[in-house]
Amino acid sequence: MYRYDSYDQSIVDARVEEFRDQVQRRLTGALTEDQFKPLRLMNGLYLQLHAYMLRVAIPYGTLSGKQMRKLGEIAAKYDKGYGHFTTRQNLQYNWIKLADAPDILAELATVEMHAIQTSGNCIRNISSDQYAGVSADEVADPRPWAELLRQWSSFHPEFTYLPRKFKICVIASDDDRAAMKLHDIGLKLVERDGVIGAEVYAGGGMGRTPMVAPQIRDFVAEDEIISYLEACLRVYNRYGRRDNKYKARIKILVHEIGVEDYKRQVEEEFAHMKQLGLNPPTEELDRIRAFFANPAYETGLSEDIDRADPAFALWVDRQVAAHKAPGYAIVNISLKPLTGIPGDASAEQIDLVATLAEQYSLDELRVTHAQNLVLPHVKKADLYAIWQKLEEAGLAEANLDLITDIIACPGLDYCALANARSIPLAQKIAQRFAAAERQAELGELKLKISGCINACGHHHAGHIGILGVDRKGVENFQLSLGGSGAEDTSLGQITGPGFSEDGVVDAIEKVTYLYLAQRESGERFLDTYRRLGMKPFKEAIYG
Amino acid sequence: MKILTGNDLVSGDVIWWAGDGWSRQVGDSADVGDHGDDLARTEEAALRVVGAYVIDATLTDEGVRPAHIKDRIRALGPTVRPDLNLKPNDADAGNWVI
Repeated sequence: MYRYDSYDQSIVDARVEEFRDQVQRRLTGALTEDQFKPLRLMNGLYLQLHAYMLRVAIPYGTLSGKQMRKLGEIAAKYDKGYGHFTTRQNLQYNWIKLADAPDILAELATVEMHAIQTSGNCIRNISSDQYAGVSADEVADPRPWAELLRQWSSFHPEFTYLPRKFKICVIASDDDRAAMKLHDIGLKLVERDGVIGAEVYAGGGMGRTPMVAPQIRDFVAEDEIISYLEACLRVYNRYGRRDNKYKARIKILVHEIGVEDYKRQVEEEFAHMKQLGLNPPTEELDRIRAFFANPAYETGLSEDIDRADPAFALWVDRQVAAHKAPGYAIVNISLKPLTGIPGDASAEQIDLVATLAEQYSLDELRVTHAQNLVLPHVKKADLYAIWQKLEEAGLAEANLDLITDIIACPGLDYCALANARSIPLAQKIAQRFAAAERQAELGELKLKISGCINACGHHHAGHIGILGVDRKGVENFQLSLGGSGAEDTSLGQITGPGFSEDGVVDAIEKVTYLYLAQRESGERFLDTYRRLGMKPFKEAIYG
Repeated sequence: MKILTGNDLVSGDVIWWAGDGWSRQVGDSADVGDHGDDLARTEEAALRVVGAYVIDATLTDEGVRPAHIKDRIRALGPTVRPDLNLKPNDADAGNWVI
C-alpha cells in the first residue's frame, strides 16, 4: 500500500488546520454561510437532509486495517455508530457536528486519510478495480497509476475550478469491475509490444444525461499518461459549458463537438504538453509502484477448502473469487443483508473487518463501487474462520452479484437532492427475493436504484435499474432494463410508465418470470434481455 | 400554514421555528405567515440556524404536517432507521411521511 511521504502528510495536516480556522470563523460569524459553503465543500462537508454529512475519500478503494479501524472509531465517537460506503469508493458519515469536523479530519490525517476533493468541481477520488493487484487477468496493478493521478490531481491549480466535477477510473483487466466507461475519463491499462500504456475513454457518465465514454486513444505510453490527461482536462476546462450546470460535464462537450473534434483538440494540446516536460520522472512512478509490489505470499499452501458446512460452502461459492497466488483467495464481504441498508456498516462491523484484514489479509482491504468490501489476500485455509466471524457480525450474506446485492443511493431518507426513497425499496425487493434458491436460480442480476436523476445509485447501469421520481409530491419509480457497468457497458432503457413502491416490486417479479421462461442455456438475465429486446418484457409488465 | 425550518448551525440538527425560538419537534412549529423570510435572515445572522427556508404545512389532528414528503422525512428522521428517528417507539412512524 502507498504510504504518505513528508510532503503528503504536511499538505494534509496543513489543510486540517486551515479548515479548523475556517470553521471557527464560521461559528463566530466572521464568515457567512455563502462564504463558508465552498470552503466546507472543498473538505467534503455537505449540509444534507438531516445534518452535516462528511464524505471521506478512500483512494482507489484501498485501505489498511488501521485506516479501517479509524473509520469505525470516528463513526462511534462523532457519528451515530455507523458509516455508509458509497458507489465511488468513499465513506459518508451522516450525522456530523460542524464543530467536530476539524477534529475528525485531524484523526483521519493520523492514518493518512482526508476528505479533500470529495466535493466541488474538481477531480474527485480516483476509483479502480477492487481486485487490483490480485486478479490473474490484469496486465499490471492499476493502483500505482491511480496513486500517481491522485497526487497529480490533488490541489492541481489549473483544475480546481472545472466547469463541473470530474471522475477518473483506472482498470487493468478485460473484466471491468469498476464501471470504467461510465466515468468522465476511464483508463484501461494495456500492454502493446511489451510496453505498458493505457486505452483512454472520455465523456462517459450517468446523471440526467447518461453516456458511455467513447475511446479517444488506443494507446498512451505509461510515461505520457499525465501529459495526455492534462491535455484532456485542458480542452474540457477551456470549452466545457459554465453557463448551465446540467450541460457542464465533459460528456456534453464531447457529445456536442463530436468525438473526432475533441480528439483532434486533445492531440494538439498533447503535442504542446509533451514539449513542456510535465510528465513525472520515471523514478517517481517506480517509487510509487514499489509500494504496490506483491506482498510476501507464503508458498506451498493447500488449495483445499473444507466444504462440510453447507452454509459455508454456499458462501464460498458466491463470495470467494480466484486469487493470482496459489493457496490464496479473494473474499467479498456483502454489505447487503436482506433487511439491512445497502452500503451501511456499523462501527463494530467496520472494526471487525479491520481486524480480519490485519489477521487474515496481509493488512489490506478494499471498498467496491457496488458498496461491498473485499479482503484481497486470504489463505484458503483461513476461509472458514473468517466466515464464522462474518456470520456472527451479520456480514456473511452470500449474494454477490445476485438480485439482492442491490446498489442503492441514500435516497430521500438522507439526501437533500433525492426525490424518492431508495433504501426501503431495496429492502422490499430483497425480501421479495430473499430465498437463496430463488436468487441462485436467477443468477447474475445487477439491480441498481437511484433516488433521483443524479444517478448516484447507478440505475442506468443496472441489468434492472430503478429511478425514483416525484409525481406531485408522491414517490414514483421508473423501471429500466438492459444496463451494464461491466466490460459490455450499456445504458438501460425505460420500460414505460412508472410505479408505486409496491408496484415496481411486482413489475420486477414479472420481469424475472419472463426471463426464467425464455432464457436459453447459460444466459444471464442481461443476455436474455439483449436477445429478446424490450417488447416481451414490456408486455409482461404492462399486459 | 407557513412554517420555517433549517438546520442548527453547530449541530446540524433539523430545527423548526416555534414562535419564540427553535425546536427539534415539527409539532412545535408556529405559523410564520408572511414573515418567514425576514425571520430566516435574522436567525441566520444570529448564527442560530443555517439554510433556513419557509415551507407549506397543515395543522392536522396529529399536529403540524409539512406539505411535502421531503420535509416530513426531515421532521421524522430516516424512515429506515426507526431507532434514530424522532418517534422511536412508534412502529407506524414510517407511514406518517407517505
